[in-house]
Order: sequence, then structure tokens, then C-alpha cells
Amino acid sequence: MTSRRVFLKDGAFALVTLGFAPSFLTRTAFAEGRSARSKQLIAIFQRGAVDGLSVVVPFGEADYYRARPSIAIARPGSGENNAAIDLDGFFGFNPRMQPLKPFWDARELAIVHACGSPDSTRSHFDAQDYMETATPGVKSTADGWLNRYLQTRRAESATPFRAVALTGQVPRMLQGPSPALALSQIGQFGIRAGQATESVNASFEALYASAADRVLNGTGREAFDAIKMLKTADPLKYQPEHGADYPRSPFGQALKQIAQLIKANVGIEVAFADIGGWDTHINQGAAQGQLAGRLDDFSRSIVALVTDLDERMADTVVLTMSEFGRAVGENGNRGTDHGHGNAMMVLGGGVHGGRVYGKWPGLSPEHRWEGRDLAVTTDFRDVFGEIVVRHLGVTDARPIFPGYAVSPSKFPGLFA
Amino acid sequence: MRKLLNTVVALALTVTAGTHSTAASFPGDDPSTRSGSSRAESRDDKAITHVLNRIGFGPRPGDVANVREVGLQRYIEQQLQPERIPDPGISARLAGLTTVGLSSRQIAEQFEIPQLQQRQQRRQQAAAAGNQNENQPPPPPTPEMQQRANQVVVELSEQKLLRAIYSERQLQEVLTDFWFNHFNVDARKGRDRFMLTEYEREAIRPHVLGKFRDLLEATAKSPAMLFYLDNWQSADPNGPHADPRQNGRPRVGRGALGGRAIFPRPPAVQNQQARRAPRGLNENYGRELMELHTLGVDGGYTQKDVTEVARAFTGWTIDNPRQGAAYRFEPRIHDDREKTVLGHRIKAGGGQGDGEQVLDILVRHPATAHFIATKLVRRFVSDTPPASLVDRAAARFRDTDGDLRDVMRTILTSAEFLSPDAFRAKVKTPFEFIVSAMRATAADVQDAMPLVRAMQQLGMPLYGCQPPTGYKDTADAWVNTGALVNRMNIALSLAGSQLRGVLVPSLQPPASGDSLIASFLNGDASESTRATVARATTVPQMAALTLGSPEFQRR
Repeated sequence: MTSRRVFLKDGAFALVTLGFAPSFLTRTAFAEGRSARSKQLIAIFQRGAVDGLSVVVPFGEADYYRARPSIAIARPGSGENNAAIDLDGFFGFNPRMQPLKPFWDARELAIVHACGSPDSTRSHFDAQDYMETATPGVKSTADGWLNRYLQTRRAESATPFRAVALTGQVPRMLQGPSPALALSQIGQFGIRAGQATESVNASFEALYASAADRVLNGTGREAFDAIKMLKTADPLKYQPEHGADYPRSPFGQALKQIAQLIKANVGIEVAFADIGGWDTHINQGAAQGQLAGRLDDFSRSIVALVTDLDERMADTVVLTMSEFGRAVGENGNRGTDHGHGNAMMVLGGGVHGGRVYGKWPGLSPEHRWEGRDLAVTTDFRDVFGEIVVRHLGVTDARPIFPGYAVSPSKFPGLFA
Repeated sequence: MRKLLNTVVALALTVTAGTHSTAASFPGDDPSTRSGSSRAESRDDKAITHVLNRIGFGPRPGDVANVREVGLQRYIEQQLQPERIPDPGISARLAGLTTVGLSSRQIAEQFEIPQLQQRQQRRQQAAAAGNQNENQPPPPPTPEMQQRANQVVVELSEQKLLRAIYSERQLQEVLTDFWFNHFNVDARKGRDRFMLTEYEREAIRPHVLGKFRDLLEATAKSPAMLFYLDNWQSADPNGPHADPRQNGRPRVGRGALGGRAIFPRPPAVQNQQARRAPRGLNENYGRELMELHTLGVDGGYTQKDVTEVARAFTGWTIDNPRQGAAYRFEPRIHDDREKTVLGHRIKAGGGQGDGEQVLDILVRHPATAHFIATKLVRRFVSDTPPASLVDRAAARFRDTDGDLRDVMRTILTSAEFLSPDAFRAKVKTPFEFIVSAMRATAADVQDAMPLVRAMQQLGMPLYGCQPPTGYKDTADAWVNTGALVNRMNIALSLAGSQLRGVLVPSLQPPASGDSLIASFLNGDASESTRATVARATTVPQMAALTLGSPEFQRR
């Protein structure tokens, strides 16, 4: 009961600000047993295979430096702004990840290294598919794992914003029977009919509101609720809080809109954004250069999001992933080719951060996977599984991970 | 034959009459059943509209009257024999698309090889520049490079749209779409973008009303499928073997894609690609062949069967992947030992025949007949396929050795297909929505590119379905908030003449709300739709509301 009153208070505030009461919010408010703020997950996909060994640098390994004569990140203390930032005496952040260091120090940010897929593919296409369906080696899985998560939750309190991707199309991870909304610009979602927009919008709304077609009627109603909601959530007027400073990059702007939607209390349970440019076969760079530029955008955007959400981060986890890592040794073009194991980041409320999780397999040639790549010691499904169970509160995660024995005994212990 | 069809239709009337007194029931093509009364005619027209929405992509102005003239059952029978339907207009519509008739080899020569050379050159330049400044990012591909790389798939997509909109062989187009989707290959996987033109034209389209076995083998041997599901790289882990046709040791070099190819490549092409583990068995194709192409996921096969099937298909590979990609059987990577598939023994030493035997076994398996029948009935009749019809279609499949024309005839002349239960029971996919809107408005599509883009906005990029399952054929996949709003916006753009290169002269006065509803929805709209459309102030708005209405989202 308490929680419901808290919600209504929050909800009432939101409604006053927005000047209307969409039907799904009313439904949400009166949904039985719904807590004030449900847990949220923000999933971030680094498409193109980020070089995890340049992000979370194993500076304690001599083999790292032997394998990468021109692109290794220097040991901490060896050069002012270009050296790795010491995390635990063995691993260090790429210096462009500096903005995230305070969250590491505050033990809100955890890293899982040598993490990845049991499947051996080095195809971006297949590996992204496997990570998004969470069924490595099985291509025909119909839905994404986050969609299966949504399917396990009761849907009657769901809003059109339950699962939102700030992308052009619904990503594979969110595809499936549970509705998900893809928007590249929240301010542009709606009926576009020039000067007649308002009247045409009203006409379409009337068409669907009175339709006997129950399937289309329900969806149509939610669509117009969503349009109303987003009309008031003008992204140009949005003011980030707590000094959050989003980069003007597409990724920064995507995260900014996610924060805006979360703060509008529209019922977000899962949000998704992606960022490309990681496929650094040529001139990858080290503390400066191509990869460093991407990491700068990546880390500053995430920091802005987390700063902006502030105490809401207590209910939120940010998860970053990439389809596979890159080869241990640099190639002939001062870049890196497709590899295997990689680093994931988990940031947010309840995370036992300030630690690099996972068994480190070592980088000496005999410890490498297929003689060339960082081996995988943590199946990515164990990270997803732990988040689903311990953060999102799913009791039976088996339907989310078909063909895999999800078990707390294999969880890295991120929320233990 | 005529007599048989009439009997079936009479049955349809009997089955449906009791439960749906107000719904349409569908007459046959015997002129004597057509009374002169307008009520009977409107009932006929409802049936005709239904059929045009199912075996085609919806009626154009005048189509209903034409079919009324021909007779409904005769129209269906005509559509089952597309090779006899004159289609004079289509070649003019496709004239500007220079790649749709090319072979994969020609496409490779004109598009892929120059692109690879250009990329190689730029990489070398970038690497050389990197000696001076290592922070220099690699040059992004120029817009011309990107445009050229996409041209083949863009033209293929335009071709698909234009045929669906304008071809008189509507059922053939529906089935080409259906079977491509059944044997889905995603253009975005590597060089598949250069192979789909030939794949659709030669592996899919000629077989859609032929024998399923031929269709299956054509896809199994297509470079597009071999590449997409990785079978081209699947090899006996104990190989490579000596070629029985030649003396001497096998030569194994590294392939252009990083896998090992049987023939060594010149050093320039060999380097810089990922070095792979020793090749071995790849089960992708074996699994999907049974799960998606033939038996269905519950078809009763085991993981052991998957492995055995994969072993049978070792050696089915691609010759010269970068020079036109033809199918080739390579005995040196084939596992020639004995296999057991679904209880059938395949003797050692069968070579390429192993895979062909597997195809025989799968086509004859009753689960395949049932699975194919279910998918076809779902497409043509209902998201919840009536079991009675699935059983009859599956039986027809078994009795005719998988003759798809016979199976289709069973479905299209069934009581279930013609039942009022089936009327507007399907939600249009984005493709069906776009194409039916073009047909309804008699649009003159001079440039199909805006429609290709619209398909992306609607979440159904043509030739861009990532998983091998293909796009879903049920309402739940396509009814969602964002997609619905996009459909309304596309209706607005079309009706407002804002899609460049798509002309809709018919959407002008004296068209009225009533005339548009009569034309786009066969006059079958709810009172509220009628009232809302009537309140709109301009003809384009009326048209947009009609095309964006709940009624038009169904077929």
C-alpha cells in the first residue's frame, strides 16, 4: 500500500507536469502489487567488437606488451595522461575511461573480464545475433533475451514505454512477442501531417479508439497515448540534472533521451542504445587515436546518464557488451583482428563494484584460445542471468535462457 | 475439374452458413448462381476481395469487376498456372534495374571485385600514412563506394516491390515472397548481398509451384545459402583427404575469408584475415535444414541427427567465392564414412550423393509435409491454421511427392480458405501493407526507392531479416505502437504525394470519402471509420485515413 501511494504521488506529479492522464498510466497506478519504481536495465551494445584489452588493460601481464609493440596502453605511472589508470594493481582503465573512475572507486562499477560466448564464431553478424538471443550457436531463436525477460513479467501494467530502444529499428535483443518501441528521436515520434497534424492526429485516434478490432484498437490507443506523452517530453527543453553533461554525439543524445524517459515515469523497464566504430583493424591507436576517441564518447555519455539519473540509479543497472573481443597480438596495420573473450561493465544500484570479476586466463601464447585470443572463462549468459535474477528479480530464469542451465552457482557474484 | 471445384465451394457454403448468418458466403463461378441483385453481387465482391487479398497483394481499381467477369474459381486456377498468364507490363517497370538479370559471376565482376580492390588500396594507403601519424583513422568508405556496394540489393528490393505491385502473376509473387522467407538469407551477412539476385531468380522463383524437392535442392546448392549458414566451410575434421580423382597430396591454403580454402590464394589475398582454427564440422546448415526448411522444430530429430546430416553435407561448398560463387562438391573435405539419418542408413562412399539422400529422406518424412502445410495454411488462411485443412494439405503433399501446385490448389479451393472466418483474419505485414496501398491507389511508381526506405521504417527491411527463420507471418509480430504510427505516416506521405517518384493522380477530387472507402476497402468499413473519413477536409487526408484505418491493416 505504501508503495502505491508513493507511486501515485510521483505519478500525480508527472501528470500535472504533463497535463493529461494517459490510460496506461492509470492502469499502471492501479495495478495490483506494483511497486512504486520497478527495477530498470539499460543495455548498451558496442557493435563491431571493442578491444577489451585496451579498455580494461591487463598491465600486469608482460605478454600484453610483447604482443602489442605499438598499440599497448602504458603501465600506470609511466606517462602522465597516456598511461593506464590503476584499478587493482593488475588491471587498469584506458586513460579515456577516466570519467568512470569515480564510480569504480565508489564501488558502483564492476567489470567482468575474459567474458564471452562459448561459440567460436568470429563473424560480427553471427556473434551479435548470439549475444542478443543469448543462444550461442543457434541462429533460429525467434526472440531476443530481453524480450523473453519481458515475457516472464506480468503485462497488464505494461506501458508502451516498457521496452524502448533509442535506435532506428527494434534491436534483436528486444524483438519478440512482448511489444518494444524503437525511436531514434523521441521528439519526432508522432503523426506528421504538416499544419494539419493536430486534426489528422485526432482523426486517426478516433479511428482506432472506436475500432471493434480488439488487437488494433488496443495498440492504436497505446500509440496515441505514447504520442501525447512524447509531445510534452520535448527533448529540446529537457534539462539534465546534477551537472550531467551529455556529449553531442548520437550515443550521448540517445542516453540523454533514455534519462528523460525514465524521469518522466512512463514505465520504462528496459532501455537499449548502441554505439559503433569499434572494428579497429587499422591504426587502432593507444591512449590517443581512433579507439581512444570512441572510448571518450562512450565513457562521458555513460557518466552523464548516471549523473543525471542520480538516486534513480538505486533501481537501475547499466550493462555494456560487445559481440567478441579482439586478438591479443596486434596485426600488420597497427590494429587488431577479431578475437574472442572481452570485458563487460555492470554499473548501478546493488552492484558490488570496484572489482574485476571472472577468472583471468592469462595472455601467454599457451593460455590463449586457439593460440591467439583471450580465452573465455565467464559465459556471458552468467552475467545476463545474474542481472535478471538478482537485479530484476526473476525467480525462474530458465525460459529466458533456453538450452542453458542458469544457476546462481555460476553467477560471477556481481550482486552477492 | 469444374465440377469438383463447384462441389468444394458448395461445401464452403454449407459449412459456414449455420454460424455466420450475416457474414458473406462465397459463390462459385457458375454464372447461374449470380443473380442480378446487388446484394448477391456485393456478396460475390466480398469473396473476390478476400481472394485478391490472399492470393495476391490486394485489388487494384477494376480488379474485382474483372474477376467477377472471369469467375472466382477460374481466376484462382489461372493464378495456379502463372506461366500461362501474360504479363506484358512488367518488363517496362523493371527496365531501369540493370542488375536484376545478372548472374552472380557478373555481379561479382562489376561490383564485388572492384570494391575489394578499392578497399585494399585504401587500406594500404592508410597503413602507409599511419607510419607518419598513427592516430590517423582509416578512411571511411566514400559515399560512392557505399552506394555502389548497396546498389545490387537496392535494385533487387525495387524489383520485388514492382513485381508485387504490377505483376499479373500475383500468386507467383506471393509465393516467391513466402518461399524466399522460408529459405531466408540475410543480405547483410558479408557477400550474400551479391548473391541474392541469382538466388531468388534461379533457386526460388522457378520452383514455387513445382516440386518441393527441387526447391529444397536448389537452395541447398545455392552459394547464398551455403555462405549464409556456413556449410561452405564445413569439413570433415579428419580431412582434408586425398582427392580420389587425382594422385598426390591435397593442397590447403588460406581462403580469402580467413577459412582454409582448398586452393592456395596468392599471398596478397592471404594475409591480414583472421586465422582460423583447423576446420571442422559446422552444424548450422544441418540444424536449420531440419528445423526450418523441412521437419520443423518438433519434427522428431535429435542432436545426433543434426551431426549426421552435417557430416553428409561436408564438401558442399562454393567454388571461387569471390569470383561468382558457384556451387561445387569438394571430395577432399567430405566425410565419406557411413551415416545414419533419422534411422536411415547412408552407406559409406556416397560423396555428393550423401546430401542428396538426406534431402530425399527429409522430403518424404511426414513431419515435413505437416510443417510445410501448416506454414502455407497460416499464410493463406489464418494465424491459427485449421487442423482439418492442414491435414488435407499435408496429405496432398505426401500423395504427390511434394507437388506444391497441388498443395496450393487444395488450400485455395478449400472450405476453410473461403470461410467468412478467414475474412480479414490476417493483419498485413509491412510488405503487404505497402504493396496493397500502391495497388489500391493505382500508384504509378517511377522510383521504388521511397518504398524500400518505408519498408525499413516499418521494421521489415527487404532481404534484411537477420535470423534464418525469416519474418514472422502472424499478427503479433507486426502490431505494435511504433509500427502502427509509421503506417499512418506512410499513408499520409503517399496520399499527400510526398513520396518522390510515386504518383497518385487518383487521389484528387472528385474522389470522396465514400468513393475511397468503396475503392480501398470494397465499401466494407465501420460506421466510425466512415464518419471520421467523411469529416476530413481534403481528399489526400481522406485517402490517408482510409489507408491508415484499422480495416486496411487487415487482409
